Amino acid sequence: MNVTVLQFPGTNCEYDTRYAFERLDQEVKIVWHEEDVIPANTDLVVVPGGFSYGDYLRSGAIARFSPVMKAVKAYADNGGYVLGICNGFQILLESHLLPGAMKRNENLHFVSKHQYLKIENSDNRFLRHCREGETLNIPIAHAEGNYYIDEERLKRLYDNGQVLLTYCDENGNPDNPNGSIDNIAGICNETKNVFGLMPHPERAMEPILGSADGVRMLEGFIL
Amino acid sequence: MKAIVNVYLKEGVLDPQGKAVHHALGSLGFGNVSDVRVGKQIVLDLEADSMHDAQKEVEKMCETLLANTVIEDYSIEIVQ
Repeated sequence: MNVTVLQFPGTNCEYDTRYAFERLDQEVKIVWHEEDVIPANTDLVVVPGGFSYGDYLRSGAIARFSPVMKAVKAYADNGGYVLGICNGFQILLESHLLPGAMKRNENLHFVSKHQYLKIENSDNRFLRHCREGETLNIPIAHAEGNYYIDEERLKRLYDNGQVLLTYCDENGNPDNPNGSIDNIAGICNETKNVFGLMPHPERAMEPILGSADGVRMLEGFIL
Repeated sequence: MKAIVNVYLKEGVLDPQGKAVHHALGSLGFGNVSDVRVGKQIVLDLEADSMHDAQKEVEKMCETLLANTVIEDYSIEIVQ
């Protein structure tokens, strides 16, 4: 599989993401934000974490207008798989490739820690190796992870099986680190080819990192 | 021409920064404050033929980039 990882000024997880997929024996290419095409053989585009454009104005607001994001939109509209991690998730929200918006964490703290996540829906490419209801241990690190969406659209997310991951404790009970509505940590679009989550699966690829649970998430994309 | 844009979270969308400031004011003895909203102000110098044109142009900027209308409202003041 060929993975294309985007790089904006301020991105800082592109090499971790490359490492994660190379560990899964996949080919990875890092593409600069000024490129206006996605490499032709791309099977998955990853919008990685970091602080694109310094997160000025709002997280992801400026990155949305990079030439490469136009190409990503065309790629996604064509059915291509896109994964946004942390700042990548914020960029996908600002780009309207995913619904809703991100606010500052409710406690105003930058949270950086290991966090358990509950699999809410595994009927999708991303989480197909996971079981609904099981928990995974994946690190989080963000100041703006307080996901918000209005009631009507929230209902639509549930109806379509688009709520994928929620924050929980080790036993699967709700444990919300940022005030996110309904404890939501990750969602997908209606057609289930665009995914976004605040936690960092690429930082949980081997036990020495504290968890290898990220492997099962990322390998879902591998055929 | 100068445009002053104020961006705030919509009514009904919890404002964590406003809440923190409200709490701090209460701790300092300012108990008469019932609510605080924290927004941002963006000041633009721009060229336009009229205040009306400037208003329209800045509205477009707000809808495109300056505000995230999913969660934020904005107000625009054009000053000569």
